Amino acid sequence: MATSRAKSLQQRLAILADAAKYDASCASSGTQARDARKGGIGSTEGSGICHAYAPDGRCISLLKVLLTNACMFDCAYCVNRVSSGVERAAFTPEEVVSLTLSFYRRNYIEGLFLSSGIVRSADHTMEQLVRVARTLREGHQFHGYIHLKTIPEAAPELIEAAGRYADRLSINIELPTDAGLAALAPEKSAGTIKRQMAEVRTAIDAAAERPRRLPPRAAPAPRFAPAGQSTQMIVGADGASDVAILSRSRTLYTAYRLRRVYYSAFSPIPAASTALPLTPPPLQREHRLYQADWLTRFYGFEVGDIAAAATAEGMLDLDIDPKLAWALRHRAEFPVDLNRAPRERLLRVPGLGVKAVDAIVSTRRHHRLRPEDLAKITPTARRALAFVAAEGWSPKGLDGERLAHLVRKPHRQLDLFAA
Amino acid sequence: MNRYGHIVRLEHPADFETFRRMARRLVAAGISSHRVLWTTRDDAQGVLATMVPAQTLPEPSATDAPRAPRRFVELARLVACHSAADRYILLHRLLERFQKEPRLLSIATDADVARATTLAQNVRRCAHKMKAFVRFRTTRDRDGAERFVAWFEPEHHVLDLVADFFVGRFAAMRWSIVTPERSAHWDGATLIVAGGASREIAPDGDIHEDLWRTYFGAIFNPARLNVRAMTSEMPKRYWTNLPEAALIQPLIRQATARAGAMMAAPATAPARSTRPARARREAESRSRSLAANINSLDDIAEAAAGCTRCPLYRDATQVVMGEGRPGAAIMFVGEQPGDQEDLAGRPFVGPAGRLLNRALQDAGIERADTFVTNAVKHFKFEVRGKRRIHKSPNAGEIEHCRVWLDHERRLVRPKVTVALGASAARTLAGHPLAVGRNRGTPLTWADGSAGFLTVHPSALLRLADAEAKRAEYRHFVDDLAAVRTMIATVTPKH
Repeated sequence: MATSRAKSLQQRLAILADAAKYDASCASSGTQARDARKGGIGSTEGSGICHAYAPDGRCISLLKVLLTNACMFDCAYCVNRVSSGVERAAFTPEEVVSLTLSFYRRNYIEGLFLSSGIVRSADHTMEQLVRVARTLREGHQFHGYIHLKTIPEAAPELIEAAGRYADRLSINIELPTDAGLAALAPEKSAGTIKRQMAEVRTAIDAAAERPRRLPPRAAPAPRFAPAGQSTQMIVGADGASDVAILSRSRTLYTAYRLRRVYYSAFSPIPAASTALPLTPPPLQREHRLYQADWLTRFYGFEVGDIAAAATAEGMLDLDIDPKLAWALRHRAEFPVDLNRAPRERLLRVPGLGVKAVDAIVSTRRHHRLRPEDLAKITPTARRALAFVAAEGWSPKGLDGERLAHLVRKPHRQLDLFAA
Repeated sequence: MNRYGHIVRLEHPADFETFRRMARRLVAAGISSHRVLWTTRDDAQGVLATMVPAQTLPEPSATDAPRAPRRFVELARLVACHSAADRYILLHRLLERFQKEPRLLSIATDADVARATTLAQNVRRCAHKMKAFVRFRTTRDRDGAERFVAWFEPEHHVLDLVADFFVGRFAAMRWSIVTPERSAHWDGATLIVAGGASREIAPDGDIHEDLWRTYFGAIFNPARLNVRAMTSEMPKRYWTNLPEAALIQPLIRQATARAGAMMAAPATAPARSTRPARARREAESRSRSLAANINSLDDIAEAAAGCTRCPLYRDATQVVMGEGRPGAAIMFVGEQPGDQEDLAGRPFVGPAGRLLNRALQDAGIERADTFVTNAVKHFKFEVRGKRRIHKSPNAGEIEHCRVWLDHERRLVRPKVTVALGASAARTLAGHPLAVGRNRGTPLTWADGSAGFLTVHPSALLRLADAEAKRAEYRHFVDDLAAVRTMIATVTPKH
């Protein structure tokens, strides 16, 4: 790109990392185990590694950059839209390859998360992304983590190639409603995005079904995105309620077997669009959405349960977490007996996480649990004790007005400039 | 017994192997954990010189050897790396206690178990942080080859624990990781773990650190400043050896002003129009105008692609139109696409479709003579657990979708239209029709065309009893065979 020739690699890195930072995903987890003992460089384990944290508290695991921030699209929420006044730049695929390897060798990163503005065409853009991943894998035997963004409407054979080289693929659904997307992203269509997610899920399923043990000297089974796919939704740019957002993500999780839905409270961006609301949503809202998302994935909550913890307008309480909100509205479900209740009932208790519940279930086979035992199991025992019965303990005030105050932590804005 | 007790000399602070060998002997010999000193010191002077080396105890026989749960070995390997002075005493005591309390480890509330679990967690986290925060700087070996060297100060004795991780990751590089008490060196083939050294042994910079700092600064979003979240994951104790940490304070200081400037900057209006947006709008208006003038199956597909006549489009992936050729003798109308059909965008490709194909074959019907489609073109479902569970469409949804089926019927002009199940029967008959009572005999649909009704193949899939399943399948094939006889006699009536 002519505009970027004059800029140094360092200047372009500053521009293209800045342009990539609104994608919240940073995960390097969930892929197969590999290493470099038989050649090449790099390794992955089941769990990812965060190599650094920026002062915004976000993890830095991958080199997250755009190939170029030039873009033909005009998505109102995006800093790189064609009508924004940001400085443009581009890397060559070779530059990204060499930057990735240099950072990787020094143990700065787990791998690469590459995306791009859309230039010329969807296929051209996707081809460039695939070329970087292919060069890393085939030219350098790079075994580290690669996350590629797929471009809406890119040809199926390019998606197929992307899945062959990448650990994770993602395409952003962007907004919780089709109408919101149509209004803020005139070039995008929810149908196209969902069809691509369906295509990726089908390919992932097919790769997983292939027999693991192959006859000796058979070509290894082609892999396809072993770390699955993820997506991102922007929060607060349209009028969707928290329950609408979570119901959308629940559908996406199950329909396309997503590993993660990221929620990104839209934040002030340089050169914002007049099409966006003037005030950004509180970061606390994003936090509550993640908590509720977690409850639906690991705690057996359905969207209906989340709705039962939210306001009539479908908004989660910013002051208390959704699990506590649910408990306060379903006091008849408590106390839960630590010594007898089944696992799924224990998981409903505010202050008990999955690990604590497992420890309770294994310990109570040996002796009956007393309230003081809970403190050895979890640091949030005090909160849990308001909702559980144990040997020599039954909670007081479950039906009282003051319960909410007893268990509530003082409200703390997440976006406080706390140093 | 010596009144000062026994002494175990460890080769280094995280010497799990020596612990394992000596703890076996000590427990087998009945020597209590509070009578043993575990030490890395080898100057045998003063009190130490009077203690009995555990090495002098006999190796226990297979029957005398103490037993421990398998999980303990993993736990102990981690605890041995902790900096707590009493870690070996704790492990020794646990091993003692297992002899009488074999299931001790599953009692999370036991003080020893709880402490060992906490120590292991500390070590695991510390090892994880070491994998994360080691930063290599390049230098050259005497032979001119590149070597990557890192200076690191872990909170616990985890170098031995993580060395293998670096071998696997950087197997083809030469590297060294140096800590105050221990260091690891890899030459591309062999790992040597030796004593510690001081900071000066590592290079004081690297040509890529400026680029890395540039990246660190640029990926930070000043509008989301959250120092507490950063320091809880990247504690200050690690900052001295992280080249990017020099930027943290300046980034924090400037954040408020930068975020304010972004908020204050004038907003820009959206572009009046872009090429892709125009192309999208044109396609949409083409599809709308097409709806009034459909002349082929392709036209239906294009016109229906953006259908929002009912709300089912919101959660479904895509419209699934019928498949087959115009003029096919038999049209099968099912209820709605399922999970697989929704993903693939094609009808009858899931389990029910495979069953239908088999039954067609058994009934002697050529697939090429058929057109398969559904009464409703979007998948209706309910999310339960990890799956999308089929939910029957309601009368309104069936009614909204009828227009697409009507187009398909008009263009395909089959001799016989077969309804699979009640939803399809309802749409074709114009009123509810009981499947049980009306299946298996020729019918006439609301528009006067020749019809037939049988069960939906998914109903067969839901039967649990194998004998009932076989019987129902035979019944289904008999119905299809009756359809085959029908097409020989019926002429299309459109």
